[in-house]
Amino acid sequence: MISSVVLAVVLLQAQSAKARAPIDLTGYWVSVVTQDWRWRMVTPAKGDYESVPITLEAKKVGDAWDPAKDEAAGEQCKSYGAPALMAVPTRLHITWQDENTLKVETDAGMQTRIFHFNNSKPPDTAPSWQGTSMAEWEKSGSLKIVTTHLRPGYLRKNGVPYSANAALTEYWDLTTERNRDQWITITSSVDDSQYLRQPWVTALHFKKEADGTRWDPMPCSAR
Amino acid sequence: MLSPMNVMKTSFVSLCLCVFVILTSVPAFAQFDLSGTWASRSNQDEMERGPGPDPVDYLGLPLNDDGRAKALSFNYSMLSLPEYQCGYLSPFYIVLGPFGLRISSELDPVTGKIVAWKIGGWVDRDAMTVWVDGRPHPSPNAPHSYGGFTTGVWEGDTLTTYTTHMKASMIRRNGAPVSDQATMTMHIIRHGDLLTIRALMEDPVYFSEPYVRSRIWTRDPAVNLANGVSSPCEPISELPRADTAAVIPHYLPGKNPFMNELTQKHNIPVEAVLGGAETMYPEYRAKLKQAKQP
Repeated sequence: MISSVVLAVVLLQAQSAKARAPIDLTGYWVSVVTQDWRWRMVTPAKGDYESVPITLEAKKVGDAWDPAKDEAAGEQCKSYGAPALMAVPTRLHITWQDENTLKVETDAGMQTRIFHFNNSKPPDTAPSWQGTSMAEWEKSGSLKIVTTHLRPGYLRKNGVPYSANAALTEYWDLTTERNRDQWITITSSVDDSQYLRQPWVTALHFKKEADGTRWDPMPCSAR
Repeated sequence: MLSPMNVMKTSFVSLCLCVFVILTSVPAFAQFDLSGTWASRSNQDEMERGPGPDPVDYLGLPLNDDGRAKALSFNYSMLSLPEYQCGYLSPFYIVLGPFGLRISSELDPVTGKIVAWKIGGWVDRDAMTVWVDGRPHPSPNAPHSYGGFTTGVWEGDTLTTYTTHMKASMIRRNGAPVSDQATMTMHIIRHGDLLTIRALMEDPVYFSEPYVRSRIWTRDPAVNLANGVSSPCEPISELPRADTAAVIPHYLPGKNPFMNELTQKHNIPVEAVLGGAETMYPEYRAKLKQAKQP
């Protein structure tokens, strides 16, 4: 009898993140740029750090921003890393890669974020723009994601830096409007003691689209 | 046929399964306590929320032609007229303004149940009462107030509110208008010490699409709330001729002197500066690149 119970418990513990999902995030979504327009839709001027609580060290790095240098080094994607990506005007395509892995692709910069559930640790790899993201469903029905193991990049296109030690914590929530439109709201906090005086806390939103007809992949741009 | 022992085994396993499912299920929805003081985090649109936007900056606003025309007619001196001096901004200003929030609950004196949440006002925004006791909205012909009339329902752990009966006001502190026909939906979500509000404003008069903003506060008992309540106000005569209605500060069509200011300062095409729903979407960047540089 005990073996049956153990088996049942093991089976339940193995219930996949997809099966336990309290909300359905899959599909195509578009960022609706109603806030920070001047820092997202166009590349802000060098030295324009409004709203970002940067350190003096970060200011020095930002003041030295040189997009031509990034292009020459093949690092056009520095402002498309996970701490910045959801603020880039983009469409998202969200799918389940497998039962415990949620995949978020962007057409802007053609980036892919991978959310690992159930403590299913990915193999050790070099730090990357999208880092390593561990995800869990919250009791509230939200999706919580913690991303680390990042390659240093920019919080904004004009060279506002984040370091390799930066950590991104996000909460993704799904809401439905009176007209049945669905929206994802992302509550995001970037912690980086090297370049931020305090966590950079922002909220972003995406509206669901019927299909992928407006999906328009574009490579990263440093400018 | 199962033996009594097998029946016991099966029952025990089923019981264990049920208990385990209950304990590990996601989610176990519950409401949360909103009450307390919440500090504003100015990590987005700091200038617009604090010092204020440029005079003609409608970036990201879904204004239609009427909304744009009314916005361009706005002259800041209009706020000196006695009838405008004590006006408040729209409740949408909750997600636009610079201050923290003081939220409290109102209890039914008999049942002890929460009948409303109160979001305290600011120096330029009226207090808001969110009724959660199931009462209906007033008749469409009922008077409108600066705070509007708001009801709320819990959808899982999210408090969703709906506001009607607001007065005509501004959607941005530079005269971009919102009419008294506008409605607002807010989703209030808490993650630990973070409070996120996503607000959606619909206006059949001045918008061609809903306008959406999201904002975050952090729980902080020491927060600076300005005064935390709507300020008393007494209009005075600031413009000598205004009392006679001889002067109504405004700009005639095509005469707003700030029309090109943002273009000159930030190299943004005036078509984008004047807003419109298409400027809110990623594909508009292609138009920006093609736009003639000033």
